[in-house]
Amino acid sequence: MENPYLPYPVRIDSVVTETEDRNLKTFKLIFLNSADREKFIHRAGQFAELSIAGKGEIPIGIASSPTEQEYLLFTVNKVGVVTTALHQMSAGDVIGVRGPLGNWYPWEQMEGKNIVIIGGGFAFTTLRASIVYLLHPDNRSHFGDITVIYGARTPGMLLYKDELAAWNERDDIRIHITVDAADDPNWQYNVGFVPAITQEKAPSAKDAYAVVCGPPIMIKFTLPILRELGFPEERTIMSLEMRMKCGVGMCGRCNIGGEYVCKDGPVFSLTQLSQLPGEY
Amino acid sequence: MADRVIKKSELIKLIDRLLESYRVYAPVRQQDMTNFQEISAADQVDLSLANTTMSPKSIMLPQSETMFEFNLDKTSDQAAILRETEKDLSPRLIFGIRPCDAKAFQLLDLNFDTVAYKDPWWVARRKTTTLMGLACNAPCSTCFCTSVGSGPFSTEGLDLLLIDAGDEFAIQILTKKGEELLAKTSIGGDVSEATVNVVLARQESSLKAIESRVFTEGLKRHEVKAFFDGDFWDELQFACINCGVCTFVCPTCWCFDIQDEVHKDNGVRLRNWDSCMFPLFTLHGSGHNPRAQKLQRLRQRFMHKLKYFVDKYDQGVACVGCGRCVQQCPVNIDIREVFRLMNDLKV
Repeated sequence: MENPYLPYPVRIDSVVTETEDRNLKTFKLIFLNSADREKFIHRAGQFAELSIAGKGEIPIGIASSPTEQEYLLFTVNKVGVVTTALHQMSAGDVIGVRGPLGNWYPWEQMEGKNIVIIGGGFAFTTLRASIVYLLHPDNRSHFGDITVIYGARTPGMLLYKDELAAWNERDDIRIHITVDAADDPNWQYNVGFVPAITQEKAPSAKDAYAVVCGPPIMIKFTLPILRELGFPEERTIMSLEMRMKCGVGMCGRCNIGGEYVCKDGPVFSLTQLSQLPGEY
Repeated sequence: MADRVIKKSELIKLIDRLLESYRVYAPVRQQDMTNFQEISAADQVDLSLANTTMSPKSIMLPQSETMFEFNLDKTSDQAAILRETEKDLSPRLIFGIRPCDAKAFQLLDLNFDTVAYKDPWWVARRKTTTLMGLACNAPCSTCFCTSVGSGPFSTEGLDLLLIDAGDEFAIQILTKKGEELLAKTSIGGDVSEATVNVVLARQESSLKAIESRVFTEGLKRHEVKAFFDGDFWDELQFACINCGVCTFVCPTCWCFDIQDEVHKDNGVRLRNWDSCMFPLFTLHGSGHNPRAQKLQRLRQRFMHKLKYFVDKYDQGVACVGCGRCVQQCPVNIDIREVFRLMNDLKV
């Protein structure tokens, strides 16, 4: 019997400090056993439990795309015991990965549709996985227009800066980068909160899905704008966070109503969320 | 109704015989409590109490157990790699489990033994454990098993049922596992009509003795949000001190935590019982807590048992009517009253 609590051993291949506050680092992980890598088949939007022996586990969205097959990427904010320990680790160290866990963005339903991706802060990780997935030559033709609105507090707090610049050069994706404030006179992108930029850029809701991921305050003010733009609830997709332990719907803590965020989520449409108690 | 009988004087012999083939768990007097524990001799067993203080859930889901082991010795090529802790999965017997507690195991199967994921330890223990029930001739005033799908003589989830019929015990064989167990003992004789009559009479009087009733039809009448927004939670939660004793003694509360412990270079990953009554249960790393308030935590426990579980599995409520929480709650919160409030909800 497969033990769903047993992590696959992985080696940290590289560590990249993403943000100017040095609180966000991206860890590139390589499976120690190639058989484990073959078993780990994920879709963009899923998460995994990162395991540090002696410290514990943390649920983190998978930042690499399924099309990046040789490694896994996780961008981790330093918050508590496990993330702090992880931030002190470096290339060559061995940790564990358990997953993939949870559901994913509804790629089957979204096929042939326009995709509007809206992200804020460090919640951009599974959205990065999604963009890389969408832009892959095997997948790009299966989707319509792709629009990305991504904001952070300052230019230095944006994740994946090199990739953002590269995507900005492409003509098969429209990307609106924004910051709350910039003191850099050469800042060439937008200044303003994500909801305001969403309103200003007004992506069309026609044949479109909106995938929204960010801090609660961003979500709160972005959802009414999406409604105004005509995105129906069933085509507004969100990904939630919860304190988790088992990741497989058994330990009982991450529920919203009868749904476990770890197993029935973390991806929910606004239609699904509106049926649930607002306890998140 | 009954397949075999044994004289009461033979009970010790029966248990001793079973100890040769099984690790036997039975109710044992522990100072001012009676609880299930592994026994080494038949005379430790105490069947005098209506039910044990703690439910027998720890036999399947220990209060604390090692899942994995690891070493942190950097010179080892296995450093920081978790390996499964070996478990003793030899045959076990739970002797004298009450029907309500056996039903609780069946309900927990729905959580731990699913199509998508299987909890390996739960599944293995369920498979290797035989349940020999003891029918309740004298239920407590707090028992309400008959209105939540169980009963004092219910056989659901059991492999055998033992019925106290005066000078003898009648034994009902319910499964292949139960048959195999009895075959190992070669104790007992055929059932007389007189014994059958005694059993029937005891069953009838026991059913009558359970006067406490709850109703559940109304729990499917409304959507989750209607119950969630009920105006009764505020009054219900007023006295609650979030001590967690209800979840501790409850046979259907299964929530658990996972924690690592390290001593020098050796470490273990443990699974420990947890409780939705505690704020840490849901506290995010960011400091945000979706159930920061006592009301939210109390509501979670009852909503889970009486609504979320009901909707999710369509197998009734996640309560077997054992009454332990009613007996143990220091501020007299009574789940039967919560049943009433939820079942009678008008929207």
